[in-house]
Amino acid sequence: MMKEPLVPMIGIVTDVRVDTPDVKTFRVNAPGGGKCFEHMPGQCAMLSIPGVGEAMFSITSSPTNEEYQEFSIKKCGCLTSWLHQMEPGQMVTIRGPYGNPFPVETELKGQDLIFIAGGIGLAPLRSVINYVRAHRENYGKVDIVYGSRSKDDLVDYPEIENEWCKEAGINVHLTIDRPQEGWDGHVGFVPNYVTELGFDPQGKVLVCGPPIMIKFVLQALDGLGFDRTQVFTTMELRMKCGIGKCGRCNIGNKYVCKDGPVFRFDKLGELPDEY
Amino acid sequence: MQLMNEGTVARVVGWEKGEGECDWTPALFESVQEMDGFVYGDYAGANLSKYCVKMNKAEGKTLVVLKPCDTLSFRQLIHEHRLNRDNFYLIGAGCKGMKDESGLLLKCKTCKGKDFEIFDEIIDDEESKQPTAIMDRMEGVTALENETAQERFDFWRNELSRCIRCNACRNVCPACTCEKCVFDNPASSVASKAPVTDFEENVFHIIRAFHVAGRCTDCGECSRVCPQHIPLHLLNRKFIKDMNELYGEYQAGVGEEERTPMTTYTKTDAEPSIVRERGNA
Amino acid sequence: MTYQFPKANAEAIVKGISRAVYAPVEKDGLTSFERYEAGMNLALDTIPTDKSMKDVFFPQWENLMHFRVEGKTIELTEEERCHQDFVIFGARACDIQAVKVLDKVFLADPVDSYYASRREHCTLVALACDKPEDSCFCKNFGADPASPDADVTLYPVGDDYYVQTNTEKGEALVKEWNLDKAEEGPVEWLKGEIGKKYEELPFAHLNLKGFDGEHLKEKFDSPKWKKLSMACLGCGSCTFACPTCQCYDIRDYDTGNGVQRYRCWDSCMYSDFTLMAAGTPRPHQLERYRQRFMHKLVYFPANNDGMYSCVGCGRCIKKCPMHLHIVKVIKALGEEESK
Repeated sequence: MMKEPLVPMIGIVTDVRVDTPDVKTFRVNAPGGGKCFEHMPGQCAMLSIPGVGEAMFSITSSPTNEEYQEFSIKKCGCLTSWLHQMEPGQMVTIRGPYGNPFPVETELKGQDLIFIAGGIGLAPLRSVINYVRAHRENYGKVDIVYGSRSKDDLVDYPEIENEWCKEAGINVHLTIDRPQEGWDGHVGFVPNYVTELGFDPQGKVLVCGPPIMIKFVLQALDGLGFDRTQVFTTMELRMKCGIGKCGRCNIGNKYVCKDGPVFRFDKLGELPDEY
Repeated sequence: MQLMNEGTVARVVGWEKGEGECDWTPALFESVQEMDGFVYGDYAGANLSKYCVKMNKAEGKTLVVLKPCDTLSFRQLIHEHRLNRDNFYLIGAGCKGMKDESGLLLKCKTCKGKDFEIFDEIIDDEESKQPTAIMDRMEGVTALENETAQERFDFWRNELSRCIRCNACRNVCPACTCEKCVFDNPASSVASKAPVTDFEENVFHIIRAFHVAGRCTDCGECSRVCPQHIPLHLLNRKFIKDMNELYGEYQAGVGEEERTPMTTYTKTDAEPSIVRERGNA
Repeated sequence: MTYQFPKANAEAIVKGISRAVYAPVEKDGLTSFERYEAGMNLALDTIPTDKSMKDVFFPQWENLMHFRVEGKTIELTEEERCHQDFVIFGARACDIQAVKVLDKVFLADPVDSYYASRREHCTLVALACDKPEDSCFCKNFGADPASPDADVTLYPVGDDYYVQTNTEKGEALVKEWNLDKAEEGPVEWLKGEIGKKYEELPFAHLNLKGFDGEHLKEKFDSPKWKKLSMACLGCGSCTFACPTCQCYDIRDYDTGNGVQRYRCWDSCMYSDFTLMAAGTPRPHQLERYRQRFMHKLVYFPANNDGMYSCVGCGRCIKKCPMHLHIVKVIKALGEEESK
């Protein structure tokens, strides 16, 4: 973490990729090249355009990518609309990394992993997935369940299709909400698909997506016999400082920016239901 | 004063005694047992009409305790279709002038009278019918009118400079019932929590005064709740005084629904040039 | 060391201090800690001031940095940190305890350098509370109105202030005042008097049993919040007056020749505090009201070895336009415990 927590660095957007009608992925480099800072999968950074605002985004790229960092961002508010107008060469401010990562070097190590994501919820998990791919020997079987509204809303489909689907030891299960021309894969909501897939209640599960999806995925996992201690998620609340001081992203006595954003569900269950 | 028509009303909005002598709080009572904490008396200064907006859609009738001046606000809210009369059981409660730790409330010093504009039942006594007013309601406004434009400008700039934009005045105001206030738009620069320009606070209060003109009953809650002691009621009273002088005596919240000075056009209405004539610039 | 000077000389002493002095001053009926200038109305007898001294360390708004934006490029200039010594004159025990609470937040890793630089450069002159108000309840939360924890403490006895220096920094400051040495007796006498007066206050001893991390969910789920929060206007007066409320917002302002990023106080009582594009986890005043008191009485002690983030200054008692305050919350939720 940087010495002056509220003072950002300058970053340069070096590439903008259009993923879906409302998601773009931005590649960010330090002005002199390379990454602005190192991070671990699941950690976040504050991005800002001065004059517009500053907000927390999960770092989509894996730390094993040594050239740049990527942020997959859905256009949903004021700042994200501005970010979507950016072209390569645009400077932004960036500070981080913030929060606790997924425990890739501890609890998740040596385990079979199931990733369950909906829509833009793949962004933080993509970092873990690619980290696991880079250290394949440290992890067991990998299942990825990913769903979105339509085929066009699957974020960075080329990487999923050309790399993940072709890699040994990784099973990719894609689904879309409604039937669509040119889609011969699974159709239906993610939680139902999880039940259908009937995973053995082993290993660890990483879930990220809209709150309603997470809620029903949890029920599906309960049904399959998973324990809450096996399931991890990453949270998002409004943040201003990123360092546990501005006082708005707390759930009970835990701050999402500092104590999260990654939570194990049994721990989350001990906190007040206010998120 | 203990009355709970269980069955007739589902809840009561009244006051609860505090920890000290005078820290009474508006409170919601939802059962007969809870009614033990109910109080009415010298420190029931708050106008409960605004809370009724929240209760309007609740199931069953809500009993509300209203002082004479509060009934004006309630009536006005019915005129504005914010409240449905049938959803409420109104107790008109006699008032001898309300107090806080420093004595008689400012709004009671210029009491508008002891008539209940709307009620189902009145509970009062002879003493509470006696007049409370100890000064002319328009005294403060007249004093300001007699100053020069520059003096008035300086006065308001100084008073409004203390504003912290907490919105207590707006949130307590029975005339401010917009579902979403224009000043709550985070995309606009006016929702700022720091006075980027001190002009902003000035504009907020002036726009608000315009917005409630003709609807403000002069309940005085805005000044009572202001943590920075800004005499906001003077803005509203200036409008009331001007309207009375230009369009004839009018009190918002009195009488059946009718056309109000601000929503009625007559050929004898004041022309814009009146501003210069009366402005004392 | 103990010294003495007549109360009537207080203004001259404040004026004579060679550094910037922040002291309680009265203007338009409201008292706050301001940078003292000649002609201001010192309010050394006010307990508590309307605004606390948190302003001095954590101003209501402060610039953090400036950006020059040209085309696609951004140039950043940091705001200078505080680098000059200053004095706070007339701090009360509760406000000093409040700074200890603020330290837990701003000086915890990663340190907030804007705040830290002001803390480093401050010399604190405290005033013992010879006339506590009925709304005072500081001893419940670790402050002692008779012995405020500061570099220098002033004890008002009769027409004099007795001065005790507690640190080297304090001793150095008092040296500048050229005071007469004095006996310790009157100081000890006053301490005893204050102790007796405090005992007579209505909220001298509150039952705080059960306000801890262990009872977090029980307190959170209490049905009493509905009634407690019903009258709340969501104005945030309590948070502005509170010496420990430190939630902040960071905003940008277009100056016309760049962008100023500033920090300002924020309030958990406001509906937009946690508002995101996707909605808010605290949609009603009930949740916002609960957040504030849970933070003071449960979340903060859970994270800080039992230290509460209420200091018993009583400002919320005086300031809330609807007379909702923390003592009512403590009594309402504390009773559950004894049942």
